[in-house]
Amino acid sequence: METNKTKEALFSKKNRKLLSDPMNINNPITVQVLGICSALAITVKLKPAVVMSLSVIVVMALANVITSLMRNMIPNRIRIIVQLVVVATLVILVDQVLKAFVYDVSKQLSVFVGLIITNCIIMGRIEAFSLGNTPWKSFLDGIGNGASYGLILIVVSFFRELFGNGTLYDYPVMEKLGLYELGYHNNGMMLLPPMALIVVAVIIWWQRSKTPSLIEKD
Amino acid sequence: MQELINIFVKSIFIDNMIFAYFLGMCSYLAVSKTVKTGMGLGLAVTFVLTITVPVNYLLQTRILDKGALAWLDPSFSDVDLSFLSFIMFIAVIAAMVQLVEMIVEKFAPALYSALGIFLPLIAVNCSILGGSLFMQERAYSTIGQATAFGFGSGIGWLLAVLAIAAIRERLKYSHVPPALRGLGITFMITGLMGIAFMSFMGIKL
Repeated sequence: METNKTKEALFSKKNRKLLSDPMNINNPITVQVLGICSALAITVKLKPAVVMSLSVIVVMALANVITSLMRNMIPNRIRIIVQLVVVATLVILVDQVLKAFVYDVSKQLSVFVGLIITNCIIMGRIEAFSLGNTPWKSFLDGIGNGASYGLILIVVSFFRELFGNGTLYDYPVMEKLGLYELGYHNNGMMLLPPMALIVVAVIIWWQRSKTPSLIEKD
Repeated sequence: MQELINIFVKSIFIDNMIFAYFLGMCSYLAVSKTVKTGMGLGLAVTFVLTITVPVNYLLQTRILDKGALAWLDPSFSDVDLSFLSFIMFIAVIAAMVQLVEMIVEKFAPALYSALGIFLPLIAVNCSILGGSLFMQERAYSTIGQATAFGFGSGIGWLLAVLAIAAIRERLKYSHVPPALRGLGITFMITGLMGIAFMSFMGIKL
């Protein structure tokens, strides 16, 4: 009984918060402003966005655990390089797996798989969280932040693919609905890179009007 | 020479790091509150890109590519180390940033204090690694081309940061809906600027 009191349950309230907070009030993209680069460039279609989110979740969770295990051994001065090496190794693994199993998606993602290394989300969470917390908590934090990053990616790419291309996950939704015969046209604009920014801006706008505590003061 | 100028202009306007690929967005959003800080980081990024892209080009063509090690010994001609490129590039970048920081601190203390905290942060700026990865993907044929690309990308990034910083300074006086204030409106403006930059796309170089 003594040990139960001092030891926290695996899914205690505090730990569950680590998973749920990033979804809304501490969202990595719309609130912490991390990892924008890749979020915008690969959201033209759902499929690459899903693959990218999965890769980021895997890399983040593992990188958080590894750095958290080593947190007492890393000298402060060279910690950035140590973190970069850990993340780079994991990204190489992910890249090789993608090349082996989903080659066409890997070609579409091109340099953006490599850019997971410098994705600020990963470095940011390592710096801010896993260097000061236990491996299990860091793991949850990694999953939570990775998943909420993926959520934004998927929402953005959903709208861009639906309105820009008329398909969802390569399934021709608009054609099956028969909208083209009614004179509907795809909005090619949605496929252009700048529209990703505007879609994210609208998400931010919506989220902040729902949660006024997030509104920035001048 | 004409080819180099083409690559240079193309990497500034048509393949702009921010407006076409969104690389380095995180620091772009963080430092663009005032023109002064934007200028500081912009110069540092240009500086580091101009150095790391050619260095990584040499690394790529002399060591990592398939058959690149043949200059060492003919028996190495079917060694392919290109899967190591991520970790090698990022190591070169981190080392270069450290080196640049020390050199600038020693020989140009004024510049060093102007750049301040931004220099060490450049190692994790996506646009730097992005520059090297694009160089690898586009397979430039000479080191001159790679340098022109690196320098041009840096200038393009600097230009984008200066433009948005100037707009954000003016934005302080305008009436933005509360929920869009700060991040939201900056995203929208960047999007609109991106659309404006797309007009360069039709230009053939």
